[in-house]
Amino acid sequence: MSTNLSKQDPTGDSQVGTTPEVTGTPSADTARRRIGSTLVRNGLLMLLAFVGIALLLETLSPFRVSQLGVMAYYLPAIAGLTVLTGLNGQISLGHGALMAVGGYTTAVLLERQEGLPFLLVLLISAVVAGVVGLVVGAAAARLHGPYLAGATLALAVGLPGLALKFDEFLGGDQGLRVSPPRAPDGIESFYESLMGDNLSGQRYLAYYGWIIALVVLLLLSNLVNSRYGRHWRAVRDDEVAAELAGIDLGRMRVQAFVVSAVCAGVGGSLLAVVTRLIAPTSVTIVLSFGLLTAIVIGGLGSLLGAVIGAAVLVFMQQIITDTGLDAGLDASQAANIAPLVYGVLLIVVMLAAPRGLVGTVRMAWSTRAAARRAGA
Amino acid sequence: MSQQSPLGTATARSGSSFSVDKVTVRFGGLTALDSVSLHVQPGEVLGVIGPNGAGKTTLFNVVCGFLRPDEGVLRWRDRELKGLRPHQLAGLGISRTLQGVGLFAGMTVLENVMTGAGAQAKAGFVSALFGLPRSDRDEATLRDRALAQLERVGAADVAGRYPGSLPYPVQKRVALARALVSEPDLLMLDEPAAGLSNVEMDELGDTIRELSGRMAVMLVEHHMDLVMRVCDRITVLDFGKVISTGTPDEVRNDPAVLAAYLGDENETSGLEA
Repeated sequence: MSTNLSKQDPTGDSQVGTTPEVTGTPSADTARRRIGSTLVRNGLLMLLAFVGIALLLETLSPFRVSQLGVMAYYLPAIAGLTVLTGLNGQISLGHGALMAVGGYTTAVLLERQEGLPFLLVLLISAVVAGVVGLVVGAAAARLHGPYLAGATLALAVGLPGLALKFDEFLGGDQGLRVSPPRAPDGIESFYESLMGDNLSGQRYLAYYGWIIALVVLLLLSNLVNSRYGRHWRAVRDDEVAAELAGIDLGRMRVQAFVVSAVCAGVGGSLLAVVTRLIAPTSVTIVLSFGLLTAIVIGGLGSLLGAVIGAAVLVFMQQIITDTGLDAGLDASQAANIAPLVYGVLLIVVMLAAPRGLVGTVRMAWSTRAAARRAGA
Repeated sequence: MSQQSPLGTATARSGSSFSVDKVTVRFGGLTALDSVSLHVQPGEVLGVIGPNGAGKTTLFNVVCGFLRPDEGVLRWRDRELKGLRPHQLAGLGISRTLQGVGLFAGMTVLENVMTGAGAQAKAGFVSALFGLPRSDRDEATLRDRALAQLERVGAADVAGRYPGSLPYPVQKRVALARALVSEPDLLMLDEPAAGLSNVEMDELGDTIRELSGRMAVMLVEHHMDLVMRVCDRITVLDFGKVISTGTPDEVRNDPAVLAAYLGDENETSGLEA
């Protein structure tokens, strides 16, 4: 068939339909934006972020450093959740439970298998959380909206209960203590020669957490900008059209859930290490809601939004609790205001800025750019 | 273009012929399709018409794997399509546009079109995860193909925009580009002219004729003048049965077709025009 000739050349100049008045500029712009290796681009960004974090860790007070450490364990879980909910359209109220899986795996491994390298423990924890995510995700792929929310909520409520049931193994109410990693001698002496100071355990943990968190962000960012990220979004936007484009809906949903669960597992592992403890009280339903609040505040689907959301979550919690104490509440009352404020904040953000911080700023930006174009 | 499909490669002689053989679909007591048969050859435009409720959409849904036929078989390149699922179509070299536009609202026009050829990307999950050059190359190729296709349909200037901000006819062109970017051998168009002006419909007609040089086209459409102008053959459905098949002239003069359309002033006048 001679007709096959034109087919082999998709850029052939046989024009279809209306005469295309191609200005070329906007499409050329879009094409240019992506030039350069994804790995190099995202890698440089993360390196820059690391330098920024290192500066903060070196200049801030020990208390702030410990807060940054907390932020480091929230970050992977929040980033994973924002990808799942914002890009793939699946809601999860159970990510606190997936963090618990990662945290308990880390604690058990460190307790029973002394001498295992921390990175290996972290990887195993991530994989175990991923396997749980696979099971939950396979069920989740069949559920929508409120049903999915309900199912994952049940996970968040039920799973920490296992720690009470198997208290011999998982420590029951008291949880499991985790002995945090010490800096390897090489790194310690390198740090000393560089900074002229001892590397405190606290600071080392914050570094450890942030390096892991940034690696997670780097990998997630690669995925989000790849074909897989695009297909997750396609499934979110239009199921029928996505299927006709050759996308297996169930497969993409489960895949997004597993990726998200692995991230939560990393977060949980860091939580156990940074707080030196994993217990049912550290992975309550409030944690799951906190993660959800963070992604909504930051902006669904945005990794930068995840960072902002994590910061808000950590620093706001302390501010709220302090305010409560100042107002004359006792410690437990003050601690309970935070979830209340999360809830209120969630509602306010949904009403006032449903795109979250990053989304709202981006929106304002593009509106201004459009206005400028129209004015020019 | 060699298609790597589960069905293997077809011989050149049999081409990419698609056929529906005695397909029956029942919804409870209602027979939506009753032993419907039709076929479409490479380079041919087949129109499927019929009054409302004749079973056109049901037929398309069967062909796309959204519905399982109770009886009958689908054949593509001389192989039977068994247990077809919608997401396998793209890999088989079959594309379909949707009634309306069905664009992904949260993605740019370019990303929308790139998604259309996503099933053909080679780089795997690990490449994407680590941002390896393999994945980047894949993306660059997809991007180029999507841009080329957008230029062909005359929508390259809106590549960076979101579908919601575009006029409806432009959205339809983007949807067409998304269906074409995988370079299908069979293109199914579900009411492509809905919502278009007469001028735009004329352009669409030219587009469809042009496309038929490269692929088989199956068209479900209400606008008789468009169907009569662009189709090589027409299959007419009524109450789930094929009541007529033939060239536009044959169908136009078929008493059974006229009877089926009688009472619908617009479409009858369109038929006689």
